[in-house]
Amino acid sequence: MNVVAPFEGIGASVRRKEDLRFLSGRGQYTDDINRPGQTHAWILRSPHAHAAIQGLDTAAAKAMPGVLAVFVGADMAADNVGGIPCGWQIHNKDGSPMAEPPHPALAIGKVRHVGDPVAVVIAETKQQARDAAEAIVVDYAPLPAAATMEQALKPGAPQIHDGAPGNLCYDWHIGDRAVLDAAFAKAHKVVSFETTNNRLVPNAMEPRAAIGEYDAQSGDYTLYTTSQNPHVIRLLMGAFVLHIPEAKLRVVAPDVGGGFGSKIYHYAEEAIVTWASAKVKRPIKWTAERTESFMSDAHGRDHVTKAELALDAQGKILGLKVHTHANMGAYLSTFAPCVPTYLYATLLSGVYVMPVIYAEVKAVFTNTVPVDAYRGAGRPEATYLLERLMDVAAKEMGLDRVEFRRRNFIPVDAFPYQTPVALQYDSGNYFATLDAALETADWKGFEARRAAAAAKGKLRGIGISTYLEACGIAPSAVVGSLGARAGLYEVGTIRVHPTGSVTVLTGAHSHGQGHETTFAQLVADRLGVPIANVDVVHGDTAKVPFGMGTYGSRSLAVGGSAMVKAMDKIVAKGKRIAAHLMEASVEDVEFDRGTFRVAGTDKTKSLTDISLAAYVPHNYPIEEIEPGLEETAFYDPKNFTYPGGCHIAEVEIDAETGKVSMVNFTAVDDVGRVINPMIVEGQVQGGVAQGIGQALLESAIYDDQGQLISGSMMDYTMPRADDLAPVSVATHTTLCTHNPLGVKGCGEVGAIGSPPAVINAVVDALRDYGVRHIEMPATPAKIWNIIHGGRRAAAE
Amino acid sequence: MPQVSLTVNGTRHTVEVEARTLLVELLREKLRLTGTHVGCDTSQCGACVIHMGGDSVKACTILAVQCEGASITTIEGLAKPDGTLHPMQEAFREYHALQCGFCTPGMVMSAIDLVNKHPNGLTEQEIREGLEGNLCRCTGYHNIVKAIAAAADVMQGRRSELARAAE
Repeated sequence: MNVVAPFEGIGASVRRKEDLRFLSGRGQYTDDINRPGQTHAWILRSPHAHAAIQGLDTAAAKAMPGVLAVFVGADMAADNVGGIPCGWQIHNKDGSPMAEPPHPALAIGKVRHVGDPVAVVIAETKQQARDAAEAIVVDYAPLPAAATMEQALKPGAPQIHDGAPGNLCYDWHIGDRAVLDAAFAKAHKVVSFETTNNRLVPNAMEPRAAIGEYDAQSGDYTLYTTSQNPHVIRLLMGAFVLHIPEAKLRVVAPDVGGGFGSKIYHYAEEAIVTWASAKVKRPIKWTAERTESFMSDAHGRDHVTKAELALDAQGKILGLKVHTHANMGAYLSTFAPCVPTYLYATLLSGVYVMPVIYAEVKAVFTNTVPVDAYRGAGRPEATYLLERLMDVAAKEMGLDRVEFRRRNFIPVDAFPYQTPVALQYDSGNYFATLDAALETADWKGFEARRAAAAAKGKLRGIGISTYLEACGIAPSAVVGSLGARAGLYEVGTIRVHPTGSVTVLTGAHSHGQGHETTFAQLVADRLGVPIANVDVVHGDTAKVPFGMGTYGSRSLAVGGSAMVKAMDKIVAKGKRIAAHLMEASVEDVEFDRGTFRVAGTDKTKSLTDISLAAYVPHNYPIEEIEPGLEETAFYDPKNFTYPGGCHIAEVEIDAETGKVSMVNFTAVDDVGRVINPMIVEGQVQGGVAQGIGQALLESAIYDDQGQLISGSMMDYTMPRADDLAPVSVATHTTLCTHNPLGVKGCGEVGAIGSPPAVINAVVDALRDYGVRHIEMPATPAKIWNIIHGGRRAAAE
Repeated sequence: MPQVSLTVNGTRHTVEVEARTLLVELLREKLRLTGTHVGCDTSQCGACVIHMGGDSVKACTILAVQCEGASITTIEGLAKPDGTLHPMQEAFREYHALQCGFCTPGMVMSAIDLVNKHPNGLTEQEIREGLEGNLCRCTGYHNIVKAIAAAADVMQGRRSELARAAE
């Protein structure tokens, strides 16, 4: 029986349904799964950034205890295994397609980054596999490496791929150059700015893992994997790599311990264990050690950008010119080419009226781990550039940085607003989020706090960022025309059982976002079913009809909308059944949270009455209505959604050590309608932590030979509890106008808005030292050098 | 192969292990207690924290054979037999101190030891510093800090039950 006690619908901070299993150690992550007869894989990886493989001898390894098999690239090639495919094709300025070099799962002939897989050992235990891998003899002839984009683009640079001359993947642009030049010609002032967006390692706490299992009798394959989108993996791996029909390939992404983008992509190890499981006729488990994660998970960001902002005498923006080099790493990861183009350059208008924008982006191959989307994907890079540029420009124009932003905001009555770089924003109110954040952060009272800090010998600074992003990717026809090789709808099934409980099947995947709760709240809100009676199923291609997965804050905006559409169908069918049972016409039947009513009467039927009738159709119009109460909907979004807001960071610098302490952080975000405020707040706090990490602590560093220097958690600085300050989170809602829930997305706003707010605060704290800019991460060493003089070059 | 006898969550086990086996491998692979996680290979992340004789220990930093006779509690052994959660588990749920759940077992085990070692309560800064050995990539720690402070109040008798987190 469905009884709704406390309100659990849209807007309630319901405690999460998934928490109990995680808190009691009963979560089931991929490495927690053990299949009968399971063997273990160890992957031998290249220690060189760039080398020819002149010889590969696996005989000794094959003779080691417990070893079942050792495979190399040639073995996969002999089986006609395809390379790891790329899911997005960008076109050059001249219309030709980007360079798309082959990406074998196990290296053939050459290795192109430290960590490139060379061979796989399958053994009874992980230790045996690892021991045997040490007995593989690889005759490498090291080649000069291009570890940075600068090295890769130099004339005479080492050629990483035969099919990518000059190591260029593509040379792309957007906007009208002639209109831009005309705008710049009449500018009162042009402000120039250069910056590097530091390379990051996503570091989800759960390392990637995969189990491949082949059933020789049925010919069925199963892959358990740490994925944000199991259907996409089935599609890519089945169709392009292993040539297994969908019906013969099940992909399960069970509990997944964080993703942040890094678990979107189809990785070589998934194909290796699936393919090899048919060779050895046993299940094979592979689990990354953290060091492997550092050198095989796709990294994020890594842009080098020059920008110029043209302004009139009143400080109104006339135009923006941007030139960016984006690092692709050694191979193209699944979504890599679209990140610095359609998720970056299209965002360069930000929250501002910009009459014209011209951006060109060169994507470059280097001898480093592939780079792809990481929390925010392109939008943090665009936001960082713009929001640093706005601060620099305000200062050079002699304008207050808040007033300068306000002067250029898109007016509240200008929506829908068409930018010069393709996007059309549906809704937003940047003045409201700005005002709320200034109030919460006590911006007016800051100078007193600065003075108080100075009295204690501390340098205090405050920084602001007013940002916007695009979520809920995206209309399939639009992304198709821009080079996506997939549709980007989402799928939802609502299965109302005979006694009225509900199973939701969704193609979105939860790996920390709390979908099992939020999606159940949608059902509670619409169908009146308590969330205890709603089970949300995700992450298994054998259970869920189809789906495109979770990334780009799309799960609620696209996946939630599919559920709403399916619930609409449930209600429509339920009304027909109710009309029959209550002897009324369908048009007279109303539905509200679980109750069907004949309008204007006290005749009602509960959802449970209807579901029971649908499954036990004794008194049922069976000639007109099929039995059962289950509906599936595919929802294709009409536009991106556009969350935005204002972040304010307050920092204190210890002049003795150069260490930055976060003392306050305020986020006021417009994420559209909020389903579960507690979860939204948690998403924002987590995103802000990653943004502060990028601004102050994190950086993936390669030496000039292409060795990853920051390749472990001892070397790469992850934010810890005492690196962070409490984050004050608030929301200000304008509804998305084109999806049925009015939602926009909250997963990435924190990581997008925060880095420039932090750096703006650091630069503000150092205002007496003549600092124009400081590159991320703003480490104590860089700041100490600025404060203690003589070495100001470190800042530029 | 060496043998080790130890008590885990109240049950005595005698297990044959390779000498190089880590405690966390024994727990996960031999005893199938997969609530204790491995998140790194440099003893930085704390996902594998368990209690050994009441003290928090990173189970990746100790060999199984060093645990002869030890009494170990893992995340699976925290709740009462009737399923009642430990106040720290309850506080993590109430304060939304977990998202993906992967760091959570280690975080909860560390937090309990941290509270136990500060019988008079902890300041926010002490909690933050006390979590030095545990990484979380999802939450930004803020709700974890609040949950630990709330659980400490219950564990140390300053409150009889958990304060509700703000709505």
